[in-house]
Parts: sequence; C-alpha cells; structure tokens
Amino acid sequence: MPYIAATDNERKAMLERIGAASVEELFSVIPASARFPKLKLPLPLSEMEAMREIESLAAKNLCASTSAWFLGAGAYYHFIPAVVDALSSRGEFLTAYTPYQPEVSQGTLQAIFEYQSMASALLGVEVVNASHYDGATALAEAVLMAYNASGAATGLASGGRDKAIVCADLDPEYKDVMRSYASAFPIRLEFLDLPPEAAAIRSDDSTFCVVVPYPSFSGTLGDIAAAATSAHAAGAFLVVHTDPIMCGLLKSPGEMGADIVAAEGQALGNPMSFGGPFLGMLGSSAKLVRKMPGRLVGEAKDAQGRRGFVLTLTAREQHIRREKAVSNICSNQGLAMLRACIYLAAMGRSGMRKVAELCWSKAHYAAGLIAALPGFAVPALGSKQEFFKEFVVLTPIPAAEIADKLSRRGVVPGFPLSRYYPERTHELLVCVTEMCTKGQIELLARSLEEAAE
Amino acid sequence: MNLRPESLVYELSSPGRECVSLPSCDVPSARPPAALLRDKLELPELDELSLVRHFTRLSQKNYSIDTEFYPLGSCTMKYNPKANEAAASLPGWRNAHPLAGDEFSQGSLEIIHSLQSWLCEIGGFAAGSLQPAAGAHGELSGVLIIRAYHEARGEHGRRLMLVPDSAHGTNPASCTMAGFRIKAIASDAEGGVDMAALREILSGPEASEVAGIMITNPNTLGLFDRNIEAIAAAVHAAGGLVYGDGANMNALVGILRPAEVGIDVMHFNLHKTFSTPHGGGGPGAGFVGVRSDLVDFLPGPIVAKGEGSSAAAYSLAMPARSIGRLKSFYGNFGIILRAYVYLRMLGPEGLRSVAENAVLNANYVKVLVEGTYKVKYPRRCMHEFVAQGDIAEGVHTLDIAKRLIDLGFHPPTIYFPLIVPEAIMIEPTETESKETLDEFAAALLQIAEEAKESPELLHAAPTTTPVGRLDEVAAARNPVLCYKG
Amino acid sequence: MKIDPNCRYRSSHEYARKDGAEIVVGISDHAQESLGDIVFVELAEVGKTVAQGDAIGVVESVKAASDIYAPVSGTVVAANGELAGDPALLNKDPYGRGWLVRIAPSKAAEWEGLLDPAAYEKEAAKE
Repeated sequence: MPYIAATDNERKAMLERIGAASVEELFSVIPASARFPKLKLPLPLSEMEAMREIESLAAKNLCASTSAWFLGAGAYYHFIPAVVDALSSRGEFLTAYTPYQPEVSQGTLQAIFEYQSMASALLGVEVVNASHYDGATALAEAVLMAYNASGAATGLASGGRDKAIVCADLDPEYKDVMRSYASAFPIRLEFLDLPPEAAAIRSDDSTFCVVVPYPSFSGTLGDIAAAATSAHAAGAFLVVHTDPIMCGLLKSPGEMGADIVAAEGQALGNPMSFGGPFLGMLGSSAKLVRKMPGRLVGEAKDAQGRRGFVLTLTAREQHIRREKAVSNICSNQGLAMLRACIYLAAMGRSGMRKVAELCWSKAHYAAGLIAALPGFAVPALGSKQEFFKEFVVLTPIPAAEIADKLSRRGVVPGFPLSRYYPERTHELLVCVTEMCTKGQIELLARSLEEAAE
Repeated sequence: MNLRPESLVYELSSPGRECVSLPSCDVPSARPPAALLRDKLELPELDELSLVRHFTRLSQKNYSIDTEFYPLGSCTMKYNPKANEAAASLPGWRNAHPLAGDEFSQGSLEIIHSLQSWLCEIGGFAAGSLQPAAGAHGELSGVLIIRAYHEARGEHGRRLMLVPDSAHGTNPASCTMAGFRIKAIASDAEGGVDMAALREILSGPEASEVAGIMITNPNTLGLFDRNIEAIAAAVHAAGGLVYGDGANMNALVGILRPAEVGIDVMHFNLHKTFSTPHGGGGPGAGFVGVRSDLVDFLPGPIVAKGEGSSAAAYSLAMPARSIGRLKSFYGNFGIILRAYVYLRMLGPEGLRSVAENAVLNANYVKVLVEGTYKVKYPRRCMHEFVAQGDIAEGVHTLDIAKRLIDLGFHPPTIYFPLIVPEAIMIEPTETESKETLDEFAAALLQIAEEAKESPELLHAAPTTTPVGRLDEVAAARNPVLCYKG
Repeated sequence: MKIDPNCRYRSSHEYARKDGAEIVVGISDHAQESLGDIVFVELAEVGKTVAQGDAIGVVESVKAASDIYAPVSGTVVAANGELAGDPALLNKDPYGRGWLVRIAPSKAAEWEGLLDPAAYEKEAAKE
C-alpha cells in the first residue's frame, strides 16, 4: 500500500501488544450494518500511471503559457521568478504545520513577519495579517471588521450603524461573497453604481463603512483621497480593495486615507491555477488591530534576550473566543503567503515598480491600437479616465463570439462581460500585463479586427 | 536545525541591489499622472544569492513532516506525497485561468468533478462542493446550508445550534458567522455526547428553535461515539439536521460512510485526511457533502457532467437554491488536484488500509504510554487519543511538550480538547513506521522519569532550538507586527 | 484566593463595591488568576446605559478572553484609563488600581441580589 510503512509482521506485533486479535476488532464499535462499505472508486494506479493520466488531463486545458493571453478579471498572468518555486517547495516550508510551537517554527513565523512588513509597506497600512483565503473573502471580512470596529456588533460603544455603501463596479464574484458573509448579520449592503468619490458622499450616520475598488472591475481609477474625506466626515470607515501590483507604482490606498485595505495577492508569485489557492490580503491602521480577523505574528524575546517571532493577539481567534470570535477563520493561506513574501523580497522596490510600469505602458499601448480599429471603442480613453492594466473594449459584434473564435486560434482576447452581466453583450474586459509582448499585442489588435469582419 | 540568528530580509537589504531580471519595455512608454505616483516604496533590496541563502536558512529553523515526527492530534500530519507536487507543477494546471470557458478547461473540470464524486462515495453523500477553501470554510457552508433548508420550509425560528463542549473552536465560531445561537452539550463519562442532556434540550422549551447539532465523530477525544445513530434520530425527530465535522475522517475512510449513520451535511479537510501539504498553515481545501434533499443548497459553482451528445463534457453549474459563493471561483484547485492524485494512487483498498493503520498506530502508542500518562477514557481509541500531562508535581503539559522538542519530536496538540485538564492529544497517522512510534513512546516515558528526577530539564526546555520559550505576554501587550526600520 | 469583604459579587466573577453614590466594578482575584497575565482590556464607553447582565467589557490574556457583565443596572460614569498602558494592574491589584468601570446605579434593590463575600468564595472554590 502506498505511503504505509508498517509490514504485516509489524502489524501483528502491534496487535499483540494492544491485545487485539485483528485489525477488524479495533473497529468493533462501528455499527455493524454500516461497517466496511465497498467503495465504488477506481482501482489504484502506480505513480507512473497516475502521472501519465495527469499529464493527459492537463493537456486538455487551454493555458496562458501557450497563448497570447489578455484575460484577467480576477486572476492574473504575471511573471513568477524561479526563486519563488525553488524556495517555497522546500520540504521544511511545505510540510510544516501552523506555527503553534514557536520554538520549532521560526522559519514560518519569521517569513510571515517579513510578509506582514512588506505587505504593510505596499498597501500603505500599519498592520497586515497573515492572509485570508482570497481577495473576495478578505474584502468580505474587511466589511465585518468595520462593522465590529464601529461598535455596532459588540454594543460596547454607542453604535447603531448598520449600512455599508459599496461601489457596484466591483468584481461580481466579490459582491456575491460579500452578500454571503454579511447575510448572518443585521448589515444592509447598498450597492451604488457610482465612482468611489461619488459613492462616499452618500454616507450618513447609518453608514459604518464605504467599500470602494481601486482599480474598479472595469479597470478604472477613482479618487480615493476624496472618498476618504467624505467617508470620514460622516463617521464611516473607508475600505478599499486594490491591486497589489499596481501599488508598486501608484500611491497606496493607505496613504490616501483608507482605514482598511483588502487585495487579491495571487499576482504576487502565485500561479493562476484555475482559481486557487489564492491569497487574501488584509491590512488596517494600528488602532483597528484588535478587531482584525486572521493570524498575526509579532516580535518577541526569549529569556536570553534573543529575538523570535510568535503568533500573537490570539485571543481574538476561534480557538479561544469560540462563538464570540471575530471570525471563524482557522488556517491562513500559508504557502501562498510565503510565495508572495519571496516574490516581494525578490522584486524589491525597483522590481515592483518596473513590473507595474510595464503593465501600464503595455495596457495603454494596446488600448490605443484597439481604439483605432473600425467599430471598436475604449471608453476609458475617450472619457480620459485613468486605468492600470485592464480596460473595457466596446465591440461591434458580441464579445463572447470574438472570445470564442480567437481562443481557438491561440489568442485569448479578454473577458466578455456578458458572462457576468447578460445585457452587456458587446463589452470585452482586456488585461495586459508584463507577460504580453509587443508582437502579441499587435496580434491581438489584428485578430480583433479580423474577427469583427 | 539552524540555530544561528537570522536577520530580517530588511536587515539584509542594501540600496541598489537587484535580484529579478525583467525585460525592457518593448512598447512606447506611458506614464501615469505624477499626482498618482507614490514617492517611496519601503521594500528590501537584495541580490539573488543573499535572498536564496536567507530563505533556505529560515526553512532550516522549522520542524516539518519531511524532517520530524509530528503527532498533532486532530491535524492528521501524514506524509505529503511528492507525486502530488510533481502533478501540480505541470504548466497545464498552473497556467489555467478560471474564466477561460468550460470548453477550454475540460482537464481542470474533470479533476474537480471526479474528486466531488469520489468524496461523495467515501462519505455516502448525494452531492458535494469543493469550493470551500478550508475546513472552517466548509463548516460555514454546512451551517449556512442548514439555515437555508429551514428557511425554505418556512421554519424561521430555528436559530439554535447544539454543539458538544468537546468541539473544536471553529464549530461555534462558524455558527456565529451563520447567524446561529449556540447551546453547548455536556459530554458523558465515556466522552461521548450526554444523551440525557440532549434529550432534555430536544423535549424542552427550546426544542422548536433547534436547527441542528454539530457533531465530530470520532470526537475530539479520539473516541467513536457509539450513540451516533441515536443522536441523529433524536435530532431528526425534533426537526433538526445533523452536521458532521469531518476533521477526524482518517479513522473512517473505507470503514464507515457517515451518511449511513444519519449525518446530513459534512465537511472533509483535504489537508488532513487527503494528504495535501500543510504549508505552514495553509492553503487547505474543504469539501462539503450533503444528503439528496440538500443538494440544491450547495455553495457553487460546482462541476456537472453532461448527458447525451455532450456526455463527456464537464461544465460549471450553480445549484438551484445555492447559498451562494463562499469565495471567488471554484475552490483551491491546486489542492484539489493533489487530493485527486492521492486517491488515484490509493484506490478503495488503499483508503481502507489508511484508516486501519492509522487506528492501529494510535492504539499502539496509547498502550505503550497509558501506564504512565493517564488516559481519561481508556477504551479503544480511533486514530488519536488524549492523555494527561499531570505526571508530577509542578510539571505541566507545556513543559512536556517543550522537552519533546529537545528529543527531536514535534509536540502533540496540547490543551485541547478543553474538557480534559492538561490534555495531550496524540495522532501518529498511518504513514509512520513502528520504529518511529517506539522512539516516540520511549521519549514520553523518559520525560516522565525526568519529570520526577530532574524536572529542571523540562522547565528549561527547549534548549536545542534557535530561541527558547518566548515572552508571549509582552508580545501581546505591546505588539510589534511589522518591521519599523 | 483574595476576597474583598467590602464587595459583592456575581457568579461570573465580577465584583461591585459601593463608593459614595457610585458602584466600582472589577473582576475578582480568582478571575485574574485563572485568566493569567492580562494583555488587553476593552471597556464600555462613558455615558452608556446598561442593564444588569449586559456586556460592559472584555478582558484578554494570552490564552483566554472573558466578557465582563454589569453587576448592576445604571450609567457608566467612568472607565479606568490606566489599564490601556498597564493591563498588568488588573493582575496585581484587581480590587484597587485594577478597577474596570464605575456605574451610577439606577436600581438600588439589585445590590441585595448579588452574592455576599462568603457565598462567592464558596462558589469560586468549586471551580
């Protein structure tokens, strides 16, 4: 049997020591009628056969490395330096557990502390936790965090605010997850189809937070500083969801006044992997830290004065507070976070800036070429809205048709918005990262033109 | 183990050092408006060799399954097969985009669908979802499904969930996140759910508010609750549902299908029973399986298999009355893939031998130590057992755990479950050799001797690690949560 | 286990002590000892009206977090600001400098319903 060390003789010796006649006897407590079911599972393969099967299944997928790739919409094709795989795949990192025994987990704990430090710098906040499942759950937990921090939930301060204003131009999957998470609490989610600064002005004394994307799902950049001013004037927190790659170049949401910042960290050294595992990033100002869900690592000293790292502020968490915990979250995305940590350290300040500059230049080049095509338009260019690496293209024939045609020819042109919004049939969300070459961008423009003929 | 102090990545930084090589811009350069640009970005600057040495040295400060025996009760620290890693590294998986379209994602969809079906078969469930990103996430799905079930039947008052006092903390926390109140049920002298207490609640004034019970079986004491069918029957009769916390499935794969003893909704932890790596705290993956009349409520999308002309085609589908999305996309695919490979190599008999050897190994270690360490419930255990660390005056479970480190073992789970004082929960798993089990038991017995003869060895432990016991009180009073330069 | 004879108690380990027209509220010596080293204290806002049994704070140690419940109904007139900088005061001097809040009571009769020192000592000893 694979992965089982004991031999028949050893099993016999152990049974004797235990005083049981057989292994079956160890299960005598199981109800007899249900015991030892015959499971209808395929017969086992050897490692060699299993790998062959896996390889042939993998070949059935369209993959970004063999196409000209312009599809983003929540999962991004960015460069992953070789050091990330090499270092994160070390068995001591890969097969370690949650660092509950700090003396034998200093590798994991220090890596988390370094990630917290670099992510704080990137997002412009004072504290970042050790991660959530993905950007969507991080944002949902950010809303719950704001709700708790506004005193409404605990009843410890004079609360009473129950409304969260949310910009509607947010990834629809994120909106769904937010609804799922908020459904157990007396929270009203108000989705407004307005840019950040306009949405924030609608805050009143029933608003505990304003949630804005930077960039929006359509790729555009709003005025975060203005949104912060309006939200704060009404006594509400500003929660911003951002792109961590973009933060390498542009002013961070924290710097512009966000109280809580959430992000999808997949772009930082994690492959797209059909949607998971991803990396939820969550950070806030220091004064909100005791309401922050998830794991936190802090510096500590031992009796000899040596510096070490330890899970801290654990009284907030489920294993102590149980039903009164700030969240039910138990695990973090350990390995995905480690990859992001190595990525940030490898990129450093100049690398992060360069990647973002490449995305900005290439996306704007692509937008320019596409806008010039007969029958196509790029609204962001027309209305002089700023965008980072994604932009919406208005297409002369349904975008889904174009995407289908082109995908078969090795050019994946973007995301037809009709897949989320059925009425938006002629809109394509195009994403351009540092992975796209000039040749591929020009191929995209030519292919779009041909597809529309 | 690397005992030397390791600087922070910021402390190794030097201005102007660079690591990553990126191509120069091959298109006309465009710049954002100056007002949007950030002035500074406080990230470290390292050369590649320094970076590699740093993280390699850090890794050497960890205990891990690849290096030490890791008998953490309720965590199932079995070997994480390298075949899983090799499979997951293929570009066809890494570079697959979740929104590429069903037609272009048949490989990924088949993997998810197959694992959905196999896990349903293992548990006896009608359908399941692999969207949850972890066990606690699976639990949240499960209790949300229970809530949706009652709401759909117009029973809006059922807001009370029964949770045994031996339960893992995520159980009540998940209930709160789903809008339930919790009532704790005491354990009986055998360590199972106290049936008298249960019946009292189910026939008392709160009976009509009961939405269900969250039960872990084998429970967190490692004991199979013999009353499971009676518990399920009683809760069903009162109109409630039974949620099964599948953290301890390693004792039951191929031995019992939980649905057959009355479990209506259950989650499995792929990172426990199904060998996916723990990664220092994640990522995991949760599967939530349900009986047939709950199928519509599953979180989605899930993967469906076509019929008729497109019989081979897999596609994404949202269950009819789904509780909604619990995260973006479809689940932790990279983890799902690893569990697929594991099951593909085990087959049905391999799975049964997992449970058999896990339970055998646990009972073996128990019999070796139970003369010295009190085992509160001395009957046959399942895949784990709970002992007590009160073996000598002035010595606590914490001291025993730290001394085990000096003897080269990762400590078991300590101070859980809460209902056993000075608890030590030991789960060897099936992938350990008899020699390892013998060495571990010998170490525990040695420590018991030391506790009486030379307790200072325990109190000073660990002394063979990069740092000794850390002052966690000071760390919590004045938290330093990031590098401040 | 130190019991302050001037206090009355709740079985959830809060104490109440009359000081002029106000009630001083804190947690007993038994409570601070079982919690361990206190790392953080969160208290209700001054001015908040509470009913007997309402949550008025949370006391956190490294291994546990305990909700604090109002022993009497009334208005919170003061919260101990010293605890933010020195939570250890709660451990060192729970009945004195480690007080939590002061309440202006609204229902005098509630005082009689609280446990007297002997009754509390008996209950706490059972734990």
